[in-house]
Amino acid sequence: MLTIKNLHARIGEKEILKGIDLQVNAGEVHAIMGPNGSGKSSLAAVLAGRENYEVTEGEVWLDGKNLLDMKPEDRAREGVFLAFQYPIEIPGVSNINFLKTALSEIRDYRQLPPLTAKEFLKLTKEKQQLVEFDAKLANRSLNEGFSGGEKKRNEVFQLAMLEPKLAVMDETDSGLDIDALRIVSNGVNKLRSEKNAFVLITHYQRLLEYIVPDFVHVLYNGRIVRSGNKELALELEEKGYDWLKEELKVRESSIQ
Amino acid sequence: MNVLNCNFADMDNDNDILEQLASREYEYGFVTDIDMDIAPAGLNEDTVRFISAKKNEPEWLLEWRLRGFKAFLKQEQPKWQNFNLPEMDYQKISYYAAPSQKAKYDSLDQVDPELLRTFEKLGIPMNEQKVLAGVAVDVVFDSVSVSTTYKKHLNELGIIFCSISEAVREHPELVKKYLGTVVPHSDNIFASLNTAVFSDGSFVYIPKGVRCPMELSTYFRINAENTGQFERTLIIADEGSYVSYLEGCTAPMRDENQLHAAVVELIALKDAEIKYSTVQNWYPGDKNGKGGIYNFVTKRGACRGDRSKISWTQVETGSAITWKYPGVLLQGNDSVGEFYSVAVTNNKQIADTGTKMYHIGANTKSRIISKGISAGQGQNSYRGLVQIGSRANQARNFTQCDSLLIGNNCGAHTFPYIESRNNTATIEHEATTSKIGEDQVFYLNQRGIDTEKAIALIVNGYAKEVLNQLPMEFAVEAQKLLSLTLEGSVG
Repeated sequence: MLTIKNLHARIGEKEILKGIDLQVNAGEVHAIMGPNGSGKSSLAAVLAGRENYEVTEGEVWLDGKNLLDMKPEDRAREGVFLAFQYPIEIPGVSNINFLKTALSEIRDYRQLPPLTAKEFLKLTKEKQQLVEFDAKLANRSLNEGFSGGEKKRNEVFQLAMLEPKLAVMDETDSGLDIDALRIVSNGVNKLRSEKNAFVLITHYQRLLEYIVPDFVHVLYNGRIVRSGNKELALELEEKGYDWLKEELKVRESSIQ
Repeated sequence: MNVLNCNFADMDNDNDILEQLASREYEYGFVTDIDMDIAPAGLNEDTVRFISAKKNEPEWLLEWRLRGFKAFLKQEQPKWQNFNLPEMDYQKISYYAAPSQKAKYDSLDQVDPELLRTFEKLGIPMNEQKVLAGVAVDVVFDSVSVSTTYKKHLNELGIIFCSISEAVREHPELVKKYLGTVVPHSDNIFASLNTAVFSDGSFVYIPKGVRCPMELSTYFRINAENTGQFERTLIIADEGSYVSYLEGCTAPMRDENQLHAAVVELIALKDAEIKYSTVQNWYPGDKNGKGGIYNFVTKRGACRGDRSKISWTQVETGSAITWKYPGVLLQGNDSVGEFYSVAVTNNKQIADTGTKMYHIGANTKSRIISKGISAGQGQNSYRGLVQIGSRANQARNFTQCDSLLIGNNCGAHTFPYIESRNNTATIEHEATTSKIGEDQVFYLNQRGIDTEKAIALIVNGYAKEVLNQLPMEFAVEAQKLLSLTLEGSVG
């Protein structure tokens, strides 16, 4: 589904991603871990098409389409969803109205007719229940005055409504208490299918107890330095990142 | 007295995405060719007499016009505004134009098809459907009303809704009693000019205790080249009555600036309520500010009776310069004045708008919600006066004045004046300034919404409190207009 080849990106003069390779297939859940400043959130931003990043080298393909050639809205319409680490507040725009607009735009791009009001309402109710999202929040202004946890849950609700192929979740677990974490994880688990894929960006192994990944990758200094299965996450939890850093220093000096 | 001037024109420079708010061409740019009956350009006493004669007016009205003309000659251009007022050559303007087919029509079939096509392009709802939807449309095409619908139904309730020329003929006692009593002939230079040369406009009278069952609606359209448009509207709500009046307008594209100096007077007697809504979309000029309408309007309402209420709602998206302060004289005890405004400026547009609330009676209340939106190189000023008189015990005012900036080259300014001569009054003023952030736009982009739609959503959300005051159908139209005005503003 998603193929990333030798991806380099920078902000201004500073290179952040230094050659990322990643293959994500339908039905898979990948976790990307790594210390602060390793480039995890930057990878998410580059996939979504954030303008302040300049891609200097490499390719990103989504089901045979060149993602890097597309505007952010077209990437979304093709099925890329980014659950934001810090969801934005938009006063006066109702959550539901926003979702209706988003869904119509995506459907229009795929040459599907817009849902009728009745169909849309039905879908909204279903998905609200599925991800345990409070109906009151659905009718409020988009994220305005929401708590941190409510904002994250709203991201999962939007994910449920828009049914993307590829969901990139940028530290969705950060700032959540145990109950909220459970609800968010349950939501994601219910949405997992053979047709979609998830990339979970996280600091902590904790999330991966709830959402069990097929693969775990460690991002460090703009590169994926190690990949493995869920055992890798446990190993990291136990040993921290320092042993990896040490190992890398040894390897790099041996290359030189 | 409190004067606050905030200029946020040059905030941070990181918003490249928000910079290109400047490419949309005006959609309603076309000229309808109808055989015009136009007065030669120029302004003197003879012009005033010509107009009055052309309209077969009674002597008292001509005299009033002439008083207005004399006052006009004595007045000077205002100098307090926060923009450069272009030099105005009043001798180059033609002060009268009327479609040559003056007869009133029984059905639309008889109306000049060219005219109908114009209405169609504008989407003016003169068709059956709209009438069925309950809107009586009094269309002012240049200066003379050509069609009044639903009159009969209104007649049965004793409601008078007609052109002001017709009112002068049919209901002279009402016109004579109220015309010029809220905006005097010498009020300001543009109001005086209007008094002297006003062409036509609407007249509404709602009798005692009658609740007008439908929104009364007038569409204005400036059509003849170089023709100043001087509308005069007079609305009287007698004791215990209610009326909601809608005014909306578009204009064809042209190169020379056009002066529009309308006057609107509202009178609410005891326990009466008037709601006056405007959607203004005149030609704003091109990207460089060439052409475009000068919209210098005097709008004022008088809450004459106790417990009366007047509410102004305006959505101002057009014109090169918008200069208007719909105000309320709160004369009756317990009377209420409201002002809800959204003003958008894009490219080189200028809006200097706000309200004046004069608290005269006891327990009078006023509420002001102003939302300014600036994009491109637009300049947006809120200018408001809240005046509490010595007899206005327990008067209350609440003012909220918000500014939204799109891009880095626009400006937002706030000039609130507060004058209180009564220490039992409560006056509150809140103001905010914000910018549409790249983060907000990107968030919406990431959900499949393109940048223009994203801006439209954000702006409509921002203006919601005011848009909610508009009647349903108008609100939808206004939302579209806001989006249209800002389209191309972000690239």
